[in-house]
Amino acid sequence: MAHGPAKGISRWLFTTNHKDIGSMYLWFSFAMFFMGGIFALVIRAELFEPGLQIVEPAFFNQMTTLHGLVMVFGAVMPAFVGLANWMLPMMVGAPDMALPRMNNWSFWILPFAFAMMTSTLFMEGGAPNFGWTFYAPLSTTYAPDSVTFFIFAVHIMGASSIMGAINIVATILNMRAPGMTLMKMPLFVWTWLITAYLLIAVMPVLAGVVTMMLMDIHFGTSFFDAAGGGDPVLFQHVFWFFGHPEVYIMILPAFGVVSAIIPTFARKPLFGYSSMVYATASIAFLSFIVWAHHMFTVGMPLFGELVFMYATMLIAVPTGVKVFNWVTTMWRGSMTFETPMLFSIAFVILFTIGGFSGLMLAIAPADFQYHDTYFVVAHFHYVLVPGAIFSITAAVYYWLPKWCGKMYNETLGKVHFWLAFAGLNITFFPMHFSGLAGMPRRIPDYNPLWADWNMISSIGSLLFGAAQVLFLYIVIRTIVSGRKATDGVWDGAEGLEWTVASPAPYHTFTTPPEVK
Amino acid sequence: MLIRSNRSLSLLLACLILAMLPGIGSAGELQLNMTEGVTAVSQEVYKLHMTILWVCVAIGVVVFGAMFYSMFAHRKSRGAKAANFHESLKLEILWTALPLFILVGMAFPATSTLVKIYDTDNADLDILVTGYQWKWKYEYLGKDVSFFSNLSAKSKDQIYDGKAKSEDYLLDVDKVLYIPTGKKVRFLVTAQDVIHSWWVPELAVKRDAIPGFINEAWTRVEEPGLFHGQCAELCGKDHGFMPIMVEALPPEKFEQWLEEQKAEALAVAEAAKQTLSFDELYSQGEAVYNQYCSACHQANGQGIPGNFPAIAGSKVATGELSGHLSVVIKGVSGTSMQSFADQLTPVEAAAVITFQRNAFGNNMGQSVQPIDIVKYQQGQ
Repeated sequence: MAHGPAKGISRWLFTTNHKDIGSMYLWFSFAMFFMGGIFALVIRAELFEPGLQIVEPAFFNQMTTLHGLVMVFGAVMPAFVGLANWMLPMMVGAPDMALPRMNNWSFWILPFAFAMMTSTLFMEGGAPNFGWTFYAPLSTTYAPDSVTFFIFAVHIMGASSIMGAINIVATILNMRAPGMTLMKMPLFVWTWLITAYLLIAVMPVLAGVVTMMLMDIHFGTSFFDAAGGGDPVLFQHVFWFFGHPEVYIMILPAFGVVSAIIPTFARKPLFGYSSMVYATASIAFLSFIVWAHHMFTVGMPLFGELVFMYATMLIAVPTGVKVFNWVTTMWRGSMTFETPMLFSIAFVILFTIGGFSGLMLAIAPADFQYHDTYFVVAHFHYVLVPGAIFSITAAVYYWLPKWCGKMYNETLGKVHFWLAFAGLNITFFPMHFSGLAGMPRRIPDYNPLWADWNMISSIGSLLFGAAQVLFLYIVIRTIVSGRKATDGVWDGAEGLEWTVASPAPYHTFTTPPEVK
Repeated sequence: MLIRSNRSLSLLLACLILAMLPGIGSAGELQLNMTEGVTAVSQEVYKLHMTILWVCVAIGVVVFGAMFYSMFAHRKSRGAKAANFHESLKLEILWTALPLFILVGMAFPATSTLVKIYDTDNADLDILVTGYQWKWKYEYLGKDVSFFSNLSAKSKDQIYDGKAKSEDYLLDVDKVLYIPTGKKVRFLVTAQDVIHSWWVPELAVKRDAIPGFINEAWTRVEEPGLFHGQCAELCGKDHGFMPIMVEALPPEKFEQWLEEQKAEALAVAEAAKQTLSFDELYSQGEAVYNQYCSACHQANGQGIPGNFPAIAGSKVATGELSGHLSVVIKGVSGTSMQSFADQLTPVEAAAVITFQRNAFGNNMGQSVQPIDIVKYQQGQ
């Protein structure tokens, strides 16, 4: 019976097993998380005090650009795809993903994309230096030569994401166990289904916009060059038509993770399941009609400005519904606070704070003062770090015992949580203040007025970085020498993934389970 | 055991944060909040900001209050038994509708302020603001006055000196933009190369400067005062080094300043007629080079490979003079090399070209006179 994994490197190169591919995605994303983190620490080190001490402005811009690109495309997105690979088939009672060979391919092109992108650091003229939003014409006419490598890297990442998304849709729609109707699916499955559609809708737009850049740079077109009759603002519209749904691509699966964890540790079913599904769908829909709120200062006509302001404010409604449902799930439960629960509760609180600053940013006249300052940096780090990173961390602690059959050390997990929680807040909360006090983002040097806040942020970032090294240690220690986990792992956990053994066998649900 | 270690940890954490607070407070004035600014619009914006902030705080108190109460009261270690409710249409409708009402309430003042910001009609004075890598050009339309505004030499000298920085570090410029008090001033904002953004917090004016577009913004400052700002859109290497200074002057003083500018322009034209010695040109050229050229081509003339070409041994600086003139006066389109025709006086242009052709081992032994510059510009 050749049902076990192959031996040696070929197991990983040729595997079509969703669990192996999920693990590879997760380790890859972990590696990228550390790389992006090192870029962030370079930024924070330079900003520790006014004056230029460590890096030159040209290199500083490469760091901000690569930090953003690596974290978004290298750390957060592959981590969620990794979680989807591991969990979706087990959650819907399927033996594997619907398209296993494509699954292998969509993972294995990723390392090449990132090798290509980071290799630009060593090229003459340096790496891309125009911010992760790569506004033209800074990213076209005025870009370093390495921009071409960046464009192809983005193409490859996009192809990987689209294939991953198609695979997820195909799995969820075709391979659910008998009896598992759509409205019985765990919320993580729902949020991923919606996310996958977002990916399929917008990744081609991203591919389109970078292709137009490529044409402008090499083939003499002028899509974004005003001197040739082009329009630099068009770039921003197309980019943010991708970019805003992209933001939700990074947060919707997180909603699913938290909606699995909070009921488990509150020992009480998720409150308002169907309203959670509808809220997720509403957020996904709204994400397509709010893109220009990233461009309030670009000089849109008043009417356009108003439409995008109102639509943006509307997002607060379904997002609020989700937060209220989580709080009500906790209400009158019987709560314990293991590490996954701590990260999930921190998610709800800090993500809500990020939502508040988002609501403030939606008010267009006020946005004239917030836009492109550290207030915005604080805002999106409050949604992304507690939102995406904390939920991924919570998911790892929650499902790791199922993946490797061993229990992590609870005390170490809690130490990790408190370090990360403190580090995050010390790093990013002061950024609200420096931003309101007038500090623009993406500057390597600054006026002493903002020196104190920056010094605090820099200290916090070191703490946050150290917490993640501890995380790596905890994961490795668990895999190597954790104590044996039970099959149920958590006493309040519900769902098909908990009905299989720990560690989950290489093949699960070869005969579909019956769902009542 | 676990719970205890958890508690002592949080205690430790709280102590740490508390211990940091006095240090923060004693470090001098700390600005926490948005500036109220000095115009009617900026004060309205500030009020909007405070309103929405307090709305968020109120919602936060309710939501987090419920959460923290629940986390305290409904924990298993206190013997809480889990209830089993999991649905309530009434609640869902309530917490969909309530935020909706709050939002509609916010939309009214926000719309009214936005309408005011967009009312750029009937201006008393028009100023064309053009962003360049990495400086601003100001042109008083119909007044025959225009100039470039760069980061001041004082700030530039402090960047690498490793000492404490002056209060206006990186916020001060060599030439201030003056506007009259009590008048509606309209800014027409555009850019020459990449996208910049012209932002002065105390006026609550932030407008993107986009090549090929002219955006409008306006302000009316009632009292004289000096206001600082910065470029707010990433525009390349020295994005952090292109500040803005606006000073509001009483109208009569402003008119007087305009006259002075015109007189200065005449003096510059007069100066272009003189002939200078090689040494004069070379030493003045070195100063001009350090102010205008060294950001890209570097103080040692080596440039940054792959981004900005070297001056040392370059084909332009050691080739035909006409080519060198063309690059400096007209710029090179599609690159960061902008036209310096308006940024340098003929004397400065002659000096810096003389310097570039003889420094960094170029040794062309040739000097260029201001009159050569004037002739070249007329011949175009």
